Amino acid sequence: MENKEYIIELNNISKSFGDKVILDDVSIKVKKGEFVTILGPSGCGKTTLLRLLAGFGQADKGEIKINGKDYTDIPPHERPVNTVFQRYALFPHLDVYENIAFGLKLQKVPAPEIDKCVRRVLKMVSMTDYEDRDVESLSGGQQQRVAIARAIANQPKVLLLDEPLAALDLKMRKDMQIELKEMHKKLGITFIYVTHDQEEALTLSDTIIVMNEGKIQQIGTPTDIYNEPQNSFVADFIGESNILNGTMIKDKLVEFVGHEFECIDEGFGENAPVDVVVRPEDIYIVRNLESAQFTATVKSCTFKGVHYEMYVDTDKGYELMIQDYNAFAPEQEVGLIIRPADIQVMHKERTCNTFEGEIVDETHVKFLDETFESLPLEGFKEGEKVQVQVDFSKVDLIDHVEDGMLEGDVHFIIYKGDHYHLTILTDEGYHIWVDTTDIWDKGDLVGINIAPADIKIVKCNEHND
Amino acid sequence: MSIMTKRSTWALPYAIFLLLFVALPLIIIILYAFQDSSGNFTFGNFVKFFTDADAIGTFALSLEVAIENTIICILLGYPAAWILANRKLNRSTITVVLFIMPMWINALMRTLATAELFHMLGIQLGKGTLLVGMVYDYLPFMIYPIYNILNKMDKSYAEAASDLGATPWQVFWKVQVPLSMPGVVSGIMMVFMPTVSTFAISEFLTNNKIKLFGTIIQENINSSMWNYGAALSLVMLIIIGITSLLQDNKKEVNGVV
Repeated sequence: MENKEYIIELNNISKSFGDKVILDDVSIKVKKGEFVTILGPSGCGKTTLLRLLAGFGQADKGEIKINGKDYTDIPPHERPVNTVFQRYALFPHLDVYENIAFGLKLQKVPAPEIDKCVRRVLKMVSMTDYEDRDVESLSGGQQQRVAIARAIANQPKVLLLDEPLAALDLKMRKDMQIELKEMHKKLGITFIYVTHDQEEALTLSDTIIVMNEGKIQQIGTPTDIYNEPQNSFVADFIGESNILNGTMIKDKLVEFVGHEFECIDEGFGENAPVDVVVRPEDIYIVRNLESAQFTATVKSCTFKGVHYEMYVDTDKGYELMIQDYNAFAPEQEVGLIIRPADIQVMHKERTCNTFEGEIVDETHVKFLDETFESLPLEGFKEGEKVQVQVDFSKVDLIDHVEDGMLEGDVHFIIYKGDHYHLTILTDEGYHIWVDTTDIWDKGDLVGINIAPADIKIVKCNEHND
Repeated sequence: MSIMTKRSTWALPYAIFLLLFVALPLIIIILYAFQDSSGNFTFGNFVKFFTDADAIGTFALSLEVAIENTIICILLGYPAAWILANRKLNRSTITVVLFIMPMWINALMRTLATAELFHMLGIQLGKGTLLVGMVYDYLPFMIYPIYNILNKMDKSYAEAASDLGATPWQVFWKVQVPLSMPGVVSGIMMVFMPTVSTFAISEFLTNNKIKLFGTIIQENINSSMWNYGAALSLVMLIIIGITSLLQDNKKEVNGVV
């Protein structure tokens, strides 16, 4: 009887396929009637999460509650949820009417009632008079509507939608977004919507759950997620942003792009390294250099319909993206102003690479399944477990994969104004973070080297981050 | 030179082959069927067949055996194909190959071996042994097309059905079986049509106690009754033609290939 306002509770869900962790200790609570979007790049575990909710596949760990009742081990056909599948999965041997009536017939609903219900849901998805059509003769958008009609005909408590608009063209997608939102209001049931499209998520949702690599990154309203991203991944994934390294000098004062700015954030401590996010539309660009906080030279200016998108080089050599209604010509000196409330300060997830390692001998240490040469070590025993630290900027990436100690591929890239922050996924499945000014593309294969002088070894019991 | 470079000329060898080995024999069969032994036009061969109780009886028996064989093959083959295509029950393709392998061995050899097996076990040859032999010979031809279609079937159909409240049993009967019908129809074609015309199996597995339609055609032609043999062949061709028409319609109805 407790937690009655939550229609769905996922508690500590974990799931792996083989060695690969898909979901890592995910917990979600959804209120009755909410429109919740699970947002993330492909492979982040969002579809797996939705499938677990529908009952396809079993979590390795964790508990699924729907309407306060434990549904963890209940098969899909006994769950009070219905799914709109990504590729619709309409039964090709049945016509539109029979597809929609499928669930109702199984429940032995009397025929006149089925008739009424089918007509009602078809009207709801604006597909009246399509009852007798063969589903394969319908266009993608029409099939989509029938798939939604079929799912809501069963009157589920929760409707699950797995990237339902992914296969439609842009115009159709926009129209369907509005219709879905209206449908949600009319039906009053809970929608759980999975997508990789951040704009779709911002448009539709009451609550957005941002996921990456099997973990929840942030849960919040669209405005929260957009204005106050909790880490650089969310900031980069949602909307356009300038993500920069900064230092929180003291409460309400932060340094980045070589200047100090007043901000409204507190409680980070003094001289703490942080990530700073400034949205491109929040940088004010002016002709008058004196009144500005800092100056820059316009590098490029592109018309984007409503606004102009400009890249500028700041006086201290950082590149920033700015969106403004006024155009500024390339080569022009401009002044820039950022207001305190528009600066989003975030804790850094990490300030250097830390790996678990083991001392091999006086000049070698083993980590990431590989033995690295290090500077002569003193005060360590052979076989001692240690922690290895490597600065982001001290990891060498090379084109010739075979010349590297380790091999991996570029998994994720964030531009930080004057350098790129790369996440490298090694072939063994480890993550290495790298700062570099070289340009790499996502998916590039790289060799990875670390020079002996750049390997810092810390006794396990001494370190504290 | 210009003739050689035209693409359609590449098809010439096949056209000649078709003409010589498919079209021409068919025309000869039709001509022979409507002639008496001295070459005059007649319906006599057909009149002879339809008034000969023995011949009609054999014809009916052939159809009966073929239908029985097909039904047994479906009853055994569908579950086998379903198990083979189910990844939870069968994870390796080797088992699939094991089921399909008999298709690679000459049917005559398999039949002789089966007959020998019955001798060894001291089982009296008759209709029972005939059916066992036929099922053994034709079962892979039923399993393979069904397995193929079940294996390629998008599993989201089954998931959608169970999502809408269907129990695993209902998912099977209301979604998987109807969607796999084209595979069953192909299986029927591959089993039913050859069994109607078979004669070797009945010869070896019943010691010629049971005569099938194919056997009569063979006997007539062996004893130089070309015209009557041709007429019987034409009757059989028409039966096969009717069944294959059935398949084409089925496919259009289902819209799934």
